[in-house]
Amino acid sequence: MSIDTRRIIKDGLWGNNIVFSQMLGMCPAMAVTTSGTNGLGMGLATTAVLVCANVIISSLRDFVSPQVRIPVFIVLIATLVTLVDMSLNAWMHDLYRVLGLFIALIVVNCAVLGRAESFASRNGVITSAIDGVGMGLGFTLALTAIGLIRELIGAGTLFSQASLLLGPKFAFLETTVVPDYGGVLMMILPPAGFLVLGLLLAAKQACERRAKEPSAPRAEAAIGCH
Amino acid sequence: MTHNLTLTAPPTAPHTLAANSISRIMLTVAATLAPATLYGFWLYGWPSIFLWVITVLAALFGEALCIKLAGRSVVSALSDGSALLTGWLLAISLPPWAPWWIGVLGGLFATILAKQVFGGLGFNLFNPAMVGRVFLLISFPVQMTVWVAPLPITAASAPGFHDGLLIAAHGIPSMDAVSSATLLGFAKTELSRGIDLLHSLAGTNAPGIVLSGARSGSMGETASLLILAGGMVLIFLRIISWHIPAALLAGLALPAAIAHGIDPTRYLDASSHLFSGGAMLGAFFIATDYVTSPNSRIGQLVFGAGCGFLTFVIRTWGGYPEGMAFAVLLMNAMTPVIDRYIRPRILGRDWRGAPLDPATQKGKS
Repeated sequence: MSIDTRRIIKDGLWGNNIVFSQMLGMCPAMAVTTSGTNGLGMGLATTAVLVCANVIISSLRDFVSPQVRIPVFIVLIATLVTLVDMSLNAWMHDLYRVLGLFIALIVVNCAVLGRAESFASRNGVITSAIDGVGMGLGFTLALTAIGLIRELIGAGTLFSQASLLLGPKFAFLETTVVPDYGGVLMMILPPAGFLVLGLLLAAKQACERRAKEPSAPRAEAAIGCH
Repeated sequence: MTHNLTLTAPPTAPHTLAANSISRIMLTVAATLAPATLYGFWLYGWPSIFLWVITVLAALFGEALCIKLAGRSVVSALSDGSALLTGWLLAISLPPWAPWWIGVLGGLFATILAKQVFGGLGFNLFNPAMVGRVFLLISFPVQMTVWVAPLPITAASAPGFHDGLLIAAHGIPSMDAVSSATLLGFAKTELSRGIDLLHSLAGTNAPGIVLSGARSGSMGETASLLILAGGMVLIFLRIISWHIPAALLAGLALPAAIAHGIDPTRYLDASSHLFSGGAMLGAFFIATDYVTSPNSRIGQLVFGAGCGFLTFVIRTWGGYPEGMAFAVLLMNAMTPVIDRYIRPRILGRDWRGAPLDPATQKGKS
């Protein structure tokens, strides 16, 4: 069980990451990531929806006939997204003003439906919940990374307005890396979303290729041993 | 083995050797750009020379870095001259007194992200120099729109070698003293203030100024006659064909002339459009890039006309005073479509590709 849990979490965070491996949820990954805080907020909202959707769909999986599963999934996800949308509007109104438009769009984030279809409808409740956490955190990680890079180059700050999202205690996160920075306007504009995502994808590929290389001689040695 | 063979037997298809190579073409293009560039150096003085050197070096460095990462020979890749030309074209499309980091960022962006990421020479979808320029224009709108009035290097008040270094390092010390608007920018701001062109352009648009290029702008746009001459040499040497430049200039001049005829107070005349901004540089040196333009002659006419017309549209109704770079990039994106639909007729077949029957052809004629 614990090995299985670790594998599911690792899959969500790295090996099968929603943004960097499945290439799903591109709309929020491009549109919202103008700063680290926006990416983090969007990622956490999606994580909440993912975990709840996975749990509910997994517990209902024996009662939903295969013919109507997609409409049922959509109705459930839409309900959860509406809940998140209203909660954000009520308790984090400033963040809602920034992210509001995109929160409603979590409904059409293929990643949520994708996990419901490919994982939650085939696995137990606890496993599905773990998968939701892993995938959601992986998504949050990706969005925050893209957001931080764009924010750093574009405006010279990191996690600006973090206290809006996490409360005043987290004001220490807000850093101005380069004071009197003129800014690189393009990094805040949409083209840079594609640019940074492409470069991060290339970096991940290079990283995985490098990780694979030393294992090849070891496998040969193992064969030689036998 | 020896080429003496050609003396006895006429060379036929698979065995002919052309004297052209990539590096020879690139260096010829660079040579035809040199007069306009040298004239620009004289007009704008030491800061422009430093900016040119920095931009070209940055482009070469970006290219060398990627080639080295890819594990190929750096010397042979750099000696093809394409990175030099990319940096050169980018440098002469920048404001001549821009600070050094504009050149560095633009040069690196052009060769690394617009060219090598796609696979290097021959694989880039978009013209690297123009991608670099558009990146800079969108990212740094202030630095990219500060133009200086020409101050010939021989003039007493022109910055010397040392002052030029300081300007290239820190930017222009007191902007108001030297800055002035380009013709297109000036016309646009005055129009937005409600002053019509007949009043705002009185005196500034004299033919002598247009022809000598002694006005504010980038190095590649003020000396438009020298650029035109260089382009003519390229056509004469058969490095480029006349189709793209002619179609581009016509696509820009015809709508401009029609609009000017309808309402001269709102629309600039055709010669102002042709001889200001990047029109000449774009027509002869940028839109004619082999890699990013269509292959067939008719396709090239469509491509050129599209570039010219889009430039006119952006200049007239767009948010930026100059639109050549945007127009070329948009038409670069259209190039695969143009090549898909406009193909040359195959010899012995009709336009749809069906084989021609020799007997019926003879009968018809």
